[in-house]
Amino acid sequence: MPNALPPTIFPAMSDITVDSTTITPVVNGEARSIRAGSTMGDLLRTLALDPQLVVVEHNRTILRDRAQYDALRLATGDTIEIVHFVGGG
Amino acid sequence: MTTLLEPRRSAVGSLDTSFTIAGRDFRSRLMVGTGKYASNDVMVRAIEASGAEIVTVAVRRVNLDRTQEEGILHHLDPSRIFLLANTAGCYSADDAVRYARLARAAGFNEWVKLEVIGDKETLLPDTVGLLEATRILAAEGFKVMAYSNDDLVTALRLQDSGAVAVMPLASPIGSGLGLLNEFSIRTIKHRLSVPVVVDAGVGTASDACLTMEQGVDGILMNTALASASDPVRMAAAMRSAVDAGRLAYLAGRMPRREVAVPSSPTEGLIE
Repeated sequence: MPNALPPTIFPAMSDITVDSTTITPVVNGEARSIRAGSTMGDLLRTLALDPQLVVVEHNRTILRDRAQYDALRLATGDTIEIVHFVGGG
Repeated sequence: MTTLLEPRRSAVGSLDTSFTIAGRDFRSRLMVGTGKYASNDVMVRAIEASGAEIVTVAVRRVNLDRTQEEGILHHLDPSRIFLLANTAGCYSADDAVRYARLARAAGFNEWVKLEVIGDKETLLPDTVGLLEATRILAAEGFKVMAYSNDDLVTALRLQDSGAVAVMPLASPIGSGLGLLNEFSIRTIKHRLSVPVVVDAGVGTASDACLTMEQGVDGILMNTALASASDPVRMAAAMRSAVDAGRLAYLAGRMPRREVAVPSSPTEGLIE
């Protein structure tokens, strides 16, 4: 198949939308686009998660006070882990 | 939403001594896990049938692609059971400490069932990492129940490091091989001042009974219930077995003799 193109691993530069109205924190290992200026509270609401049933870690710091969520503004590149209890021994 | 009923009082009642870990009294010596059940409904009914008060859970990422996915707290009422978070899946002290801190931030209690695994095939503990994590977490005020192998010296070191209970295995996690080394478990129980709770390896009721007969303070099990054909019946069986083994231990068994001794009078036989 001499005419076959190699699989695309990286998108062409023209395919990347530079959009100053969104940010892309990494949430549970995946980059997710959300509106610029969003707080942790906004993210949880976007994901339809009950803050009482999850624990959030922001850039390796556990947010022990859920009242902080709405004051914490997120940025591109932030690393966020959202965990909960599941079945286990 | 299914919730647990208030567990019935153990049939053992006043015949047993109290079961206390780190100053807290618990009503059941049987602790159960919540993993691998075919359904949450079966899990809830099995926990109820087991009479367990301490129920373990794991910490994992929320699956963001299934936001309607239900965490375990939709099925367990933390006001009726004692949630014990584990650090299952951690292969280093650092990871285990991180998971324990996340679990504590959930806000239920400061207890943790600490696992630091050293080998993927056997899931045997990494005792060096386990000791390190125990020291760190105990210093932070955690009540550490440490999942350990059945080695006396490791158990002693865990106690010295601040563990509130040591949890030696009967046999590898999920194996159902039962109690492989009665001597080790008895020795650990004999030498430790903190409670000894056998964790992992129990397969059926006789395993649980035999384990409790060694004098340990309790048993934690998961797969023996979840992988039984009828988890609810097995949970009831385990509850009886733990009670029976505990009472048999307290009662003190008769000496073993390798000769027969008649139970009926040898006098008064008709000629």
